[in-house]
Amino acid sequence: MKTDSLLIRIGLAFYLLLFFTYLLGPLVLMSITAFNSPSFPQATPWEVLTFEWFRVLYNDARIINGIKNSFIVGFFTVILSVIMGLAGALMLTQIWPKMRATFYTIIIAPILIPGVVLGISTLVFWDRINVMLGLSNDSFLHNGILLTVLGQSTFIASYCMLVFVARLQRYDTGLTEAALDLGATHTQAFRKIQLPFLAPAIGSAAVLAFLASFENYNTTTFTFGKYPTLTIELAQKVRYGINPSISSLAFIIVVLTVFFALAHEVRNRRAQLAIANGAPVGAVSAGFKLPKVFAGNPAAIILALFVTVSISLIAFAQFYDPEPAKAVLLKKKRAEQQKRIDALQKRLKEKRLQKIFKGPDIFGDGSSKVPQPPSKTPFGNVFDPGNLNKVAPGKEKPAAKPASPFGNVFDPGNLNKVAPEEKGKTTKP
Amino acid sequence: MSEGVGVDLQDVWIKFGEFVAVRQANVNIKGGEFFSFLGPSGCGKTTILRAVSGFLEPSDGKILIGGNDMAGFGPNERPTALIFQNLALFPLMKVWENIAFSLEVKGASASERRKRADELLDMIALTGQGDKLPSELSGGQRQRVAIARALCAEPDVLLLDEPLSALDLKLRQHMRTELREIQKRVGITFIYITHDQGEALTMSDSVAVMKAGIIDQIADGKSIYDDPATAFVASFVGENNVFRGTVKKVTKDMAVISTNRTGDLRARIPASAQTKLSLGDQAMLFIRPEALDVTESKNKSDTRIKAKVHHSEFEGQGYNVFLEGSEGKEIKMSLTNRGETRMYDSGMELTLHYDANQAVALPAGELASE
Ligand SMILES: Nc1ncnc2c1ncn2[C@@H]1O[C@H](COP(=O)(O)OP(=O)(O)O)[C@@H](O)[C@H]1O
Ligand SMILES: [Mg+2]
Repeated sequence: MKTDSLLIRIGLAFYLLLFFTYLLGPLVLMSITAFNSPSFPQATPWEVLTFEWFRVLYNDARIINGIKNSFIVGFFTVILSVIMGLAGALMLTQIWPKMRATFYTIIIAPILIPGVVLGISTLVFWDRINVMLGLSNDSFLHNGILLTVLGQSTFIASYCMLVFVARLQRYDTGLTEAALDLGATHTQAFRKIQLPFLAPAIGSAAVLAFLASFENYNTTTFTFGKYPTLTIELAQKVRYGINPSISSLAFIIVVLTVFFALAHEVRNRRAQLAIANGAPVGAVSAGFKLPKVFAGNPAAIILALFVTVSISLIAFAQFYDPEPAKAVLLKKKRAEQQKRIDALQKRLKEKRLQKIFKGPDIFGDGSSKVPQPPSKTPFGNVFDPGNLNKVAPGKEKPAAKPASPFGNVFDPGNLNKVAPEEKGKTTKP
Repeated sequence: MSEGVGVDLQDVWIKFGEFVAVRQANVNIKGGEFFSFLGPSGCGKTTILRAVSGFLEPSDGKILIGGNDMAGFGPNERPTALIFQNLALFPLMKVWENIAFSLEVKGASASERRKRADELLDMIALTGQGDKLPSELSGGQRQRVAIARALCAEPDVLLLDEPLSALDLKLRQHMRTELREIQKRVGITFIYITHDQGEALTMSDSVAVMKAGIIDQIADGKSIYDDPATAFVASFVGENNVFRGTVKKVTKDMAVISTNRTGDLRARIPASAQTKLSLGDQAMLFIRPEALDVTESKNKSDTRIKAKVHHSEFEGQGYNVFLEGSEGKEIKMSLTNRGETRMYDSGMELTLHYDANQAVALPAGELASE
């Protein structure tokens, strides 16, 4: 029994590990590529820490323009979708109770229809309207922003409506009746009673609508006209090859998402704590008393940590200069290249010699013994990574003497060292 | 009684599709009266109240408030305030904001509203609790806030829909007195709905007893109890022993009913049912448990019933004796505890007496099922 449960637990831990790797691995890897210097997004081999790609991103006019367009589209989509969603939800829950099922199906349909279809139909529909109104080809009905907002809102409004319906189902229409009974007009009853009740749902719907709009591609690709949004720009970029500035954009988005998720959690926890303590929420949120905020609120602690790390990262980026490290890396690369060229030349020479003396190749493949290149560069071999584990030539001999019965076979330094005999052989001729 | 605003229902019908919720209601409620609608759950009481407050229009007939036809006036245009069955306090507003809501929609300033709310909080004995949320109050306190909120609107007619049904017994009894006192103080018309006959009888000037959309009787509490107009009222209000039979002899206000199992019994015909009984009619005779006794009534109209004790319970202020008449007829008798030791063992043969003036004979009809 005990071993069984242990096995299960290990299995479960393993599964969770796999699961989270699958879930978060790509994000982590991508975030790393945003800070690596190679101009193709790659995390391994790690070269030099750089913030270069954030600058590239900032200077990429098309991406910046795409972000701007996405925000404009998002803003208007939120407004339009929230209003339409709210109207639909009110209609569904209050005005036409008899037609509820039919109405629900109609209003939910846009979610089920593929975005591509919505995009095409938006384009065709408004073009028809345009023709019917006898407007020219460049009228406002062909404006990419307008069409994108209209196209996206068709289905985002349905999402919003679902959010509102869920909230409205918990609304006691008796409250509106009570307000009317006390002399309120219908508008007053809606504004003073029902709208405050819906406030949290309006917030959720707006966030949902914005995110859905921001990430939309399928519908937008047909409607954007002269105003490509971020997703469109990204898709077009990928076609011509990408650089890590896209990773840096993704990194910024991940950071913002984590930040807002944590902030939201902190607020929720605080409200829960307040309710648990029997105090109104206002009493706890008023005044930022540090110890109280953190008490029993792990999310707050993580949030504080997260913000600290982010700020220090930004501060670090202000004075960090990757150029010296890059120069060093460049030289190292050059040296390596030089080394490889030299080795190639040497082998060619050896082969020529072997052909002359007709000596047998007792060491097998000659390539396995990398010869020490002669110091042809002005820096000698100082940048050869192999040098790091090597002892200075003067002290080499005593270390080479076997002090233990095993000799130095376990010395990790040996890995990069050429055996002394071999060295003698290769350097002497 | 102060000159309040009366409410009249004239031939009011309310239908939901095919379903008739209220059938030809004719009610005359005088200004400043405490008027109750009493009836079992689902008989249409709330429906009537909603029609008076303007949430639904009658399918037919007229509703007058203060003599004015209310057709076409919405709930916010009528001089009524409704206390909802579930109170419907605004959960996101503080108690004082709830109470002063009717002033807020009229555009009163915050200080003005606060002042009025504090006055009303004093009146309902919740001084200093104005800044709480309704959810932070107890059931009885919420109840009183709902009353204060309705009174703040200064209605001519206050409508109350089973306002005490959610409270426990002790609190309910306390609130009964309190409500009655508030009504006397403010002097406005109260229309009160309940399915609890105790509430209706103790508080009301007049009671309308309803059965499935039909108003059976409108009278003061004592008349309802002593002179029920229909078999339904007799069986719904208070307890009654029912004897079914046919009319054997009838004068203007007395009848002899030949009952199915207990032989001939005599009873009074209440004023509202006179002329409705004639020889040979199906009839019902009602005797209240407290009208039965083991000693002979000094009254000339004394009537006897032979019965055997089945079992008895001691209830403190009295005994309930459950008896079996001829052919297994169940009879209940309530006796007041006067201190003497009286034992009613099972099987004991008794002769029960009652005063025929305290029993009523009515045309046979539907009984309240309880
Ligand atoms: N809006 C409505 N639509 C259809 N039937 C209704 C409606 N409101 C009430 N009813 C019906 O009318 C009858 C009376 O209801 P109601 O007045 O609420 O009873 P109560 O006396 O318990 O307050 C019930 O049978 C109820 O089902
Ligand atoms: Mg009701």
